This record gives sequence, C-alpha cells and structure tokens, in this order.
Amino acid sequence: MKRIADYLPGILYAFAAIVLAILVSSGIMLLIGNDPLLAFTALFDGAFGSVNSLANTLSMSIPLMFTGLAFSYAMKGGLFNIGGEGQLYIGAFASTVVALALQGAPAVIVMPLAILSGMLAGGLLGGFIGLIKVKLRVHEVIVAIMFNYIAMLLTSYFVNGPLLAEGSMTPQTERIPDAFLFTRILPRTQLTTALYLGLVVAVATYFFFKKTRIGYNIRAVGENPTAAKVSGVNITATTMLAMGLSGSVAALAGITEVFGKHDRFIDGFSPGFGFTGIAVAVLGNNNPFGIIATALLFGALNSGALRMSHAAGISSSMVMVVQGLVILFVATPAITRGIFKAVRVRRLAHGKP
Amino acid sequence: MENLSHILSADMLFMTLRLAIPIGLAAIGGTICERSGIVNLGLEGMMLMGAFGGVLGSHITGNPWLGIVFAVFIAGAMGLIHAVLCIHYRTSQTVSGVGINILAGGLTVVLTRAVWQVDGRSGAVERIPTVTIPGLSDIPALGALFTGQSPYVYLTVAIAVAAWFVFYKTKVGLRLRAIGDHPQAAAAAGVNVKRYRYAAVITSGMLCGLAGAYLSIVHSNMFINDMVAGRGFMALAANIFGGWNPIGSILASIVFAFAQAMRITLALDIPDQFIQMFPYILTLLVLIAAGRKARGPEALGRMED
Repeated sequence: MKRIADYLPGILYAFAAIVLAILVSSGIMLLIGNDPLLAFTALFDGAFGSVNSLANTLSMSIPLMFTGLAFSYAMKGGLFNIGGEGQLYIGAFASTVVALALQGAPAVIVMPLAILSGMLAGGLLGGFIGLIKVKLRVHEVIVAIMFNYIAMLLTSYFVNGPLLAEGSMTPQTERIPDAFLFTRILPRTQLTTALYLGLVVAVATYFFFKKTRIGYNIRAVGENPTAAKVSGVNITATTMLAMGLSGSVAALAGITEVFGKHDRFIDGFSPGFGFTGIAVAVLGNNNPFGIIATALLFGALNSGALRMSHAAGISSSMVMVVQGLVILFVATPAITRGIFKAVRVRRLAHGKP
Repeated sequence: MENLSHILSADMLFMTLRLAIPIGLAAIGGTICERSGIVNLGLEGMMLMGAFGGVLGSHITGNPWLGIVFAVFIAGAMGLIHAVLCIHYRTSQTVSGVGINILAGGLTVVLTRAVWQVDGRSGAVERIPTVTIPGLSDIPALGALFTGQSPYVYLTVAIAVAAWFVFYKTKVGLRLRAIGDHPQAAAAAGVNVKRYRYAAVITSGMLCGLAGAYLSIVHSNMFINDMVAGRGFMALAANIFGGWNPIGSILASIVFAFAQAMRITLALDIPDQFIQMFPYILTLLVLIAAGRKARGPEALGRMED
C-alpha cells in the first residue's frame, strides 16, 4: 500500500514542471513586450474570480478528465493511446445517433443507452487498435493516428450530409431533445452533472487498477509483458481490453461535450482534447486523482485565457504554450532534477544544509 | 475532347505536384529522423513553426528567400528541442512530439498576434516568385514543367534525390540506417550514434521548415492559424507508406496528393471527406497487409543503448 509520502516526489516533479513552464512562458511574454504578472493575475481571476468563472473552469476540465483518464488506462498496460481524439468523435457520434433515433422515448432509458452506445463505439475502436497491435505487431501510435483522421472525417461526412440539420448553415446534427441532456448544476453556465460522472469514473479507475483482477493484469502486462505471459495472462485479450477501456473513457469526453455543452454533434467540435489529455495524464502521473487535479489546472488555464487575453493584450493561445511546455518539462524529470541538484550544490557551497 | 483531357492531365499533374511538395518534404524529414531510431510525431508542429518563420522572415527582411532561411532555422530549432529531449534526456519520444505540436500550435498564434496585432492571421508578405527556365521551357510538351513553376518543385526533387543518394550510396547513409536498426552494433563499430541522431532529428526539423514555408510564402502570402492542417501527420503516413525510404516518401506523397488533385479538378461525386480519408486508409491497409513484415527501423523508438 502506497502512502502519501510515496507520491511526494511525483507531485514535486509535476509542481516543478508547472513552475518551469510558467517561468519560460513569462520569459516569452517579456520578449514580445507583454506583462507576465498582469497576464497571469488576469488568468487566475478569469478562472477563479467569481462563481461563474469557477463553474466555467470546472466545466472546461470535464473533457480533459475523461481524455486524461482514458490515456492512463492504456498507459498502465504499456500502451500509448494517441487515438483519444478519434475515439471521442466516434463515441459522441454514436451517442448522438442513438439519442436522435429514440426521440420521444423515456430519458431514463435513452440516456444510459446513448452513453453506453458511445462508450461501446469508442471502446471498439480502441480495442481494434489493440488487436492490430498484438496480432500484427504494428505500433499502436501509428494505427491510432490514422484512425483519428478516419473517425473525424467519417463523422464530418455524416453531419455535412445525411445527418445535417435542416436549414442549418453550419455542419451539425439536429438538436438533441432537452430531456436527454446532462442537467445544469448552475443555471446560465455550462457546468453540468457530467462533472460528477468524471469524478465517479476517476474513483472507479482507482479501484479498477487497485482491486480487480483485470486491472492487475493490465498493469502486469504494462510492467513486464514476458513475465505476465509466463504467469498465464492472456496478452491479446488484456491489450485489447486496456485499449478498449481507454477508448470508451475517451468517448465520454466527446459524449459529455455534446450532451452537456453543444446539445448536438457539431463537426470538429474538439479542439484536440484527445491530445491535451495525454499532457493531463503525463502530468498527473497516470494516477486518477492526479489526473483530476491536472484536468482542473488545464481547465483553469483554458477558462482564464480570454480574460488574460483582454487584460494583457496577448493571444489567448498563450495557455497552449504553457500547456505544451508543461508536458515537455514533466516528461523530462531530468531537467527539474538537474535544477534541484544545482540549487542543492549552491546551498551546500554556502554552508547551508 | 482529346485536347480537353490533355489540359486536364497537365492541370492534374501540376496540382498534384503542388499538393505533394509540403507533404513530401516533411515526409523525407520524417524518414531521416525515424531511420536514426527517433520517432517524430512533431512533424506537424515543426511545419507550423516553419510556416510562421517563413512569413516572419519575409516580413522583417522584405525578402521571401530570407523567409525560407528563417523557416528552416526556426523549425530546425524545434528539431533541436526534440533531439535534446529524446537523445540527451531520454524523454518519451511520443510525448515530446505531442508536446511540440501543442507548443507550436500556441506559440505561432501568440507570435502572430505579437507582430501583427491580430489573432488568427498575419499580414500579407512578399512571396517566392515562380520561375521559368530559359531554354528548357521551349522544349515541346515537357516545356510546361519549366515554365512558371515554383522553384520548390526543383528543390523538392533535388532533395529527394540527394536524400536517396546519401541513404544508399554513402557511408553516412549506411551508418544512419544501421543506427536505426542496431544502435549498439553501430556504436560498437565506432559510430558516434548520438551525433548522427542529433543531425538526423535537426535535419528533419529543417525539412519541415522548408515544407511549412512552402505553405505560407509560396502557396500563400501569409500565416494563418493551424494552416498546416494535418499535413504533418499525413507526411508521417507517407513516410510509413513509403517504407521509411526517401524516394518511397516522395512517391507516397504524390499518391496522396493525386487523390486530392483528382477531387479538385474532376469534381468527382465522392464526398470530400472520403477523399481526405484516402491517405490514412491506404496507409492503414498497407500496415495491416505488411504486418510483421513492415520494414521500419528495427530499433525505432527504443533508447536502450
């Protein structure tokens, strides 16, 4: 059983990576003549300054919770699921189709059915990538990238053609009936009960890997596939399952966006949640609670971006720079370790412990 | 009728060439990088930095040729970052690529806003003019290939041929390929594996810079947000489809570009999305068909040396 203290180094590195990313982006802002202090204060204010901005932060963190958790399912099994983007599109699309087909039916039946269909679609796509990986030894990253585009373009075809809402100028489906949508926690915000679903999935993920046989097998394959095979774990089934679960959790990111924010499937609605989810999982050290915390951080960055842009006269895409730097720094603990070491050496030189 | 089909085919040929250039250049970059054993998912981001660098250079100096120099330099710097992280710090190559794409997606927009005070697009800049080669342009039938073409056409062909020559006819190429397959054996034979890898990753960044500049100051005259629009990933697919071989990469890019050109010139009754899907489906099918026999570098993505 791991104690809190065992997590400390990981948390320390994550924190150091964030600080480094903020420092480097402040440097970039100074270079282009912007005030980093003003920018980050405005960002903080925009993310946490009022109930509405806090709700916005929470709501923006929801898709990242799912894509981050999704990535961790594959990563625990030693697999790199870069296909979250495609899986969330195909999942959201399947859910939308089910919900639109069952208009008029009771919501208690339709909502679970729609969500499960979406998760199944994303899971099948993920599982298929896993199957190709084991049976044909083709690296999952390449296959997943191909499927990202195929899934995105396939859904794009449907919402531009056969499923295009009548009279709509933008490529999108008809509106999903209100009864099937996630309920708003706060009126006039986009914060819905999808947040609770994210937290539930995080807790479930924790117990899945701690307490279940399948979760244990996935970790065993991730840590040492040969040893796992020798001890009787079915590598094919376990790999497919890890990728399948990853795909179905990624699907939830798309489903909650469609059923919580857009109320319909809009062509290309995801600004790369699948990829940002990788950053979230890496920063969260593939721990479900770390991922929730990181998703909140990234949600805050996205939510405060507009305020920062207005206040500091800088593009709101600055938060993408911060996120990109965070992922590079956290994936490279050697840099932070080097800095810690340098600081220690200097302190020792000055006779301090 | 015969005349019409002739125009159509000449049109097709040139459009295919134009569409193939950026994908092909980046694909060769991907080939060089991955042959050294380093995975490069950052082609997209490096191209984006190149596209921005080209416009920035042309804007600052007023000379689009210097724009290309800027593009190559800036994208090469991104290659250097990928190289330092992957080779020196042993960062996960996949994560580094993803990070570079996110970083480039943000940085190009931030810098565009900083220089031109608008979000989303830069101002118009000088672009690379087309050239007509005297003498060669007078050759009947073939003359069109040398009339009013972008110098990039010849540059791309030259780079592809040069890459092929270096890969298969020189000691450097032999060593690079050896490093991608058996890094320890190459190191044991006295090859400086790290130096080759640095050179390969930085070169791939520079080629992405060339590819990006083509989009921004040859094909267009400004930088637009996310103007690479997935071509980096298409280049990655072309590199794989082409069998991790420079000539294969170019040919694959031409196949991908041809499908797109067909859509534009022939106004086919196939939905746009399916034509766009073609490169990815084709690559996927080739991967599935080749399976275990797919001839990628054996030690790709592994850093156990």
